[in-house]
Amino acid sequence: MKRNVPLAIVFVLGVFFVVQFFIPSHPSQVAYNTMLEWDMALLVFATVIALDSLIRHHTQKIMRRQGQWGYSAVYLSAALLMALAGFIGGTTDTSFYMKLFQYAMSPMQTSMFAILAFYMASAAYRAFRARTAEATLLLISAFIVMLGLIPLGATIWGGMPRLSEWLMQVPNMASKRGITFGIGLGAVATSLKIILGIERNWLGGA
Amino acid sequence: MGKMKMFLLACLLMPVLALGLEPPTDLNAVDTPNDDGTSITVTWKTSASDVDTRFNGYNVERSEKAEGPYIMLGWMPRNSGHYQDNSITAMNLNYYYRVVALSDVGDSAASQATGPVAASQSWFNTGKFNTLFGTIIFIAITLWFIQRAKNGRLFIRRIAGLDAVEEAVGRATEMGRPILYCLGLDPISTVATVAALNILGRVAKKTAEYDTPLVVPTYDPIVHTVAREMVKEGCNSMGRPDLFKEDSVYFVTNDQMGYAAALSGIMAREKPATNFFMGYYYAEALVLAESGAATGAIQIAGTDAVTQLPFFITSCDYTLMGEELYAASAYLSKEPLLVGGLKGQDACKLLIVAAVILGTLWALIFKSDVIYNFFNVG
Repeated sequence: MKRNVPLAIVFVLGVFFVVQFFIPSHPSQVAYNTMLEWDMALLVFATVIALDSLIRHHTQKIMRRQGQWGYSAVYLSAALLMALAGFIGGTTDTSFYMKLFQYAMSPMQTSMFAILAFYMASAAYRAFRARTAEATLLLISAFIVMLGLIPLGATIWGGMPRLSEWLMQVPNMASKRGITFGIGLGAVATSLKIILGIERNWLGGA
Repeated sequence: MGKMKMFLLACLLMPVLALGLEPPTDLNAVDTPNDDGTSITVTWKTSASDVDTRFNGYNVERSEKAEGPYIMLGWMPRNSGHYQDNSITAMNLNYYYRVVALSDVGDSAASQATGPVAASQSWFNTGKFNTLFGTIIFIAITLWFIQRAKNGRLFIRRIAGLDAVEEAVGRATEMGRPILYCLGLDPISTVATVAALNILGRVAKKTAEYDTPLVVPTYDPIVHTVAREMVKEGCNSMGRPDLFKEDSVYFVTNDQMGYAAALSGIMAREKPATNFFMGYYYAEALVLAESGAATGAIQIAGTDAVTQLPFFITSCDYTLMGEELYAASAYLSKEPLLVGGLKGQDACKLLIVAAVILGTLWALIFKSDVIYNFFNVG
């Protein structure tokens, strides 16, 4: 029962969505939109469970004085402050909540994003070390592509921008499309196996 | 004085008279095919005045009677000859359309009305016939291979990233450190997330077998709920329900960079021996992979996000590329039915490669794009 009911629901809904994809009529669209609304309703309940897990996780860390529990205390205080600011003061442009968002949260998000530049430099260093023939090929290709994108490349050799574009549009695009074919077929095959109940791992220990 | 007024009036009307605005012609309105009965498509031949710099575009108007009154639906710029009326609220009700040419100097010229035309719904999208055809072929091939797999063992090539899963769990056990498992940023409706959950099920069983701590910080509330149940069931199925800890699978945040920051912090503080990055990732992929690499953890990534693959390949020890992520469940379990599905995929890939080669040759030899057009989805 514990396994058969979810499998039956997945089969019925899976077949429904496959058939619905080919039927553009009004009842079909209404049914599809209703399903999306159910999805939203499900999300609300799942959010409550997720928030419960989040609060429980950090509260337990603080109560047990687990290693570096201070971070959990800071996190819970910040979350509580944001929530209270939103509930009490509202979320208008001049509210305290928006000030917290604009002057604390947004800069932190931007800083995190900016760190990407440094990570890119370290990753590029690792990728471009010419240890093997393939890595050397990658290094040369990347060098040509980068040169082709800046005025210096065209100054060194007039054909550099075209060579750079060719590398991006032909070998790079061909490999990307090859991967995309595999992804598309893999996605359909995985869906098919789940709908037919062949793949049951998502049920947990089944 | 009267002559002066006439002169000024003539000066004002001069530009209008000079334009001599012509209405659009050959107006046609048809029920939009393959829709839910809420749309009518109007086409027309552009006005002869469309070439004039003072020409200002077209107003599309609709009425329920040929003689009007007409209400304006929308404005289309010059050189356009197509408008889709998506504001139909009643099916099988007759409508009439006309298109009015406009000029900058304020004059207009309406076309002859066309109609009656009524919107109706379609019960099959003929533009997706090729998709249906391809889907049936694909399903038939996959089912055939699944059937064949029941009778004998099929060969699958070695996937290093999946072979390393057991080694990675063993390493964490030996080091007495936890395993970090990330499920990506996409919701449960994405196949990559489902595939990542499938692998989590296997990893959860392995960690329960070796008594290794597993940490699963999640991004999406629904994925969190499913992941929690999977880890719990993984422990139960190995006869170790006591190993499941409520706070081992926990929700972190629904913010992209917040999630990246939290995971970087977990990696720096808890120093997991193994990091799994499975599912769909965006810009945070590099932050996660580089933070993990800095801690010296063995890292196994698997994603179908083509733009993030280079970052994972660079920073992780093993990377499952695209379909390898979907193949993981079959590869790890070696179940004949799942392996049969994989072989079906490979056969379909061969068919696609053959179609690409045939289409290319056809286009080069016959200068025709018949095969290319067959693969266009309407």
